[in-house]
Amino acid sequence: MSRDEPGSRPLALLGSELGTLFRRRRTIAMLAALALVPILIAVAVRVTSAGDAGRGPAFIGDITQNGLFVAFTALTVSIPLFLPLMVGVVAGDTIAGEANLGTLRYLLIAPAGRLRLLLIKYAAAGIFAIAAVLVIVLVGIAIGAALFPIGPVALLSGDTIGAGEFALRALLLVGYVSLSLLGLTAIGLFISTLTTVPVGAMAATIVLAAASQIADALPQLSAVHPWLFTHLWLGFADLLRNPIGWDSYGQNALLQLGYIVVFGALAAGRFTTKDILS
Amino acid sequence: MWPVTDAAIETSGLTKLFGHQRAVDALDLSVPRGSVFGFLGPNGSGKTTTIRMLLGLAAASSGGIRMLGEPMPTAIASVLPRVGALVEGPAIYPFLSGRANLLRLDAADRHASSRTRRARIDAALERVGLSHAADKKAHAYSLGMKQRLGIANALLRPRELLILDEPSNGLDPQGTREVRALIRSLADDGTTVFVSSHLLSEIEQLCSHVAVMSAGRLVAQGTLDELRRGEQRIEVRTPDAAAARRVLQQLRLVVDAGSESGTVSATLVDGVLPEHVTAALVAAGVRVRGLALAGAGDQGNWLEERFVALTGEGFDVAG
Repeated sequence: MSRDEPGSRPLALLGSELGTLFRRRRTIAMLAALALVPILIAVAVRVTSAGDAGRGPAFIGDITQNGLFVAFTALTVSIPLFLPLMVGVVAGDTIAGEANLGTLRYLLIAPAGRLRLLLIKYAAAGIFAIAAVLVIVLVGIAIGAALFPIGPVALLSGDTIGAGEFALRALLLVGYVSLSLLGLTAIGLFISTLTTVPVGAMAATIVLAAASQIADALPQLSAVHPWLFTHLWLGFADLLRNPIGWDSYGQNALLQLGYIVVFGALAAGRFTTKDILS
Repeated sequence: MWPVTDAAIETSGLTKLFGHQRAVDALDLSVPRGSVFGFLGPNGSGKTTTIRMLLGLAAASSGGIRMLGEPMPTAIASVLPRVGALVEGPAIYPFLSGRANLLRLDAADRHASSRTRRARIDAALERVGLSHAADKKAHAYSLGMKQRLGIANALLRPRELLILDEPSNGLDPQGTREVRALIRSLADDGTTVFVSSHLLSEIEQLCSHVAVMSAGRLVAQGTLDELRRGEQRIEVRTPDAAAARRVLQQLRLVVDAGSESGTVSATLVDGVLPEHVTAALVAAGVRVRGLALAGAGDQGNWLEERFVALTGEGFDVAG
C-alpha cells in the first residue's frame, strides 16, 4: 500500500505548486504590475517623444529609433527594485506561507518529504523569477513594436543585428537576469524556513536585496563588492556587443551558484530538522 | 484486513522538552491494531505534541516510536502514506476550492496515483457529505465544513491507521453523529483509529481503549472496561479499623486517609477482586461487619468523574 500505485507521477506536486502559485490573484497582480513597466516607458517616450540619450535610464534614447529597445529599458529599470520586490514576495512566502496557513503540516504528513518539498518550492519560485523577466521582455517587445518603428538593432559595439539575432540576444538577456535573481530566491527560501510569518520573510528578503545594492554603491566597501549577490545584476552589457562577451555571464553564474549552494544548504539544514508547530 | 501482528502505535519513554518544560514526559503508549483508541487529557497536557511527534512533525527529545511496525521517524516515507491524520484542526488554502485543496494535498503524496486521484477525492468528499460544496472556494466554508474537508483529506487513500485530533470540533450535532458513524464504519473495516477528544461521552460511545494524559504524563491506559473497573471502590465496616487498613495496604490498595471511624475505604486496582479482600481480612482476624462496593462505573458520567480524578479539578490550563 505504501509503494507506488500505478499511475503515480513524482512531479505532480511541482505541477500543483505551479498551478497554485500562478492561479493566485497576488501572483497575477504582480506580473501585471511588471507588464506595466514597459508600457509606461513606451507611452511616456511616445507622448513626449523626448528620447534624450544623455539622461534617464540606459537605452531610453534609442527607443524612438527602434521600439525593440523598450524591452531593454524596462528590464534595466526593473532590476534594482521591482524584480527583487516580486521575487522577495514569492520566495519569502514559500515555506512561511504554508506554515502560516497550517497547510505545511498536511503537506508533510501526506508525506511530501521535507527535502523534496523544499526543492519543489525553490523550483517554483525560480520559475516565477523567469516568468517575471519574460513578462517584461515580451510585453516590452510587443509595446515597442506597436508604438515605434522596429528594425535592425544597433549593438553597443556599433554592429547591427537582424530580428533572429535580436531574439537570441533577448533570450540571453532573459537568462542573465533570471540567473541574477536565483541567488536572491535561495536567500528568500532560507529566510522563509525561519518563520511562520510570511510577510516578515518577504520583507527581510527585499531589505537584503536593497542593502546589498547600497553596499555595492559605497566605494569604502569595495573589498566586498565582488561577493555581493547584486554586484553583477546590471552587468549584461557584454551581451549587447559583437562578439558576445561571456566573462560577466560566467562570473555572475558562479556568484549566483555560490549563493544558491550556501543558502540552499542552510535552508535544507534548517527545514529538515525543524519542529513544525504551526 | 491488516495484519494483526503488533501494535499500531507503540512509544517507549517518549519525551519532548520545550526548554526546561517537559511537554511530554516518558510516554509509554500502546495502541493495539484494530482498536478505536481514545486519547484524553486536559488542554496543554501534551496530546497534540505527542501526535506531532507520532507524525514526524516534531522530533522527540528522547524515547522511541514504532508505528505500524516500523520505527518513526526513520521510516516516515513508507509509514505515513498508510496513515491519515487530522492534526490540530483542518488547514486550508482559502483561495482554492475544497476539491482543489484535496487535489493539492493528494499530489503531495508521491505514491498516490494521479489516475485515480479525482475519483478518490470525489469518494472522500462524498463520505464526509461535502460533495455539494466541493467547488466552492474554501474561504467561504463554515468551521464545520472545513472540519469535514480535513477529515476527507485523511480518507484520500485506504489507511491502516487514522489519527484524528478533535474530529468533532466545530460540527453540529448531526455532523458529530456522522463523524461517529464514519469512525465506526472505518473501524469495522479494520482501520485502527486513534482519536483525541474532549467529548467524553463521545469517547465512551466510540472507543474500545483509552489513555489519559495529565501534565505530559500518561496517568491511565487500557480498555474502557479496565478504566471503568479501576474506579471501583470498596468500603469495609469494622471495629478493627487499624488492622483492616494494614490488610488493604498489603494488597497494594490506596486507602483513603480520611475514613470515618468504623469504616475503611479504598479504591480497587486491577487484579484485586472483592473476594480477595474479604479472604485477606478474615485471614487477618479483622471483624468484618459490613462490606460495600461502589463502582463509579455505575454512575452515568463515570468517565468524566474518572477523568477529573486522574487529571485534577480546576480551570487552570497546565503551563
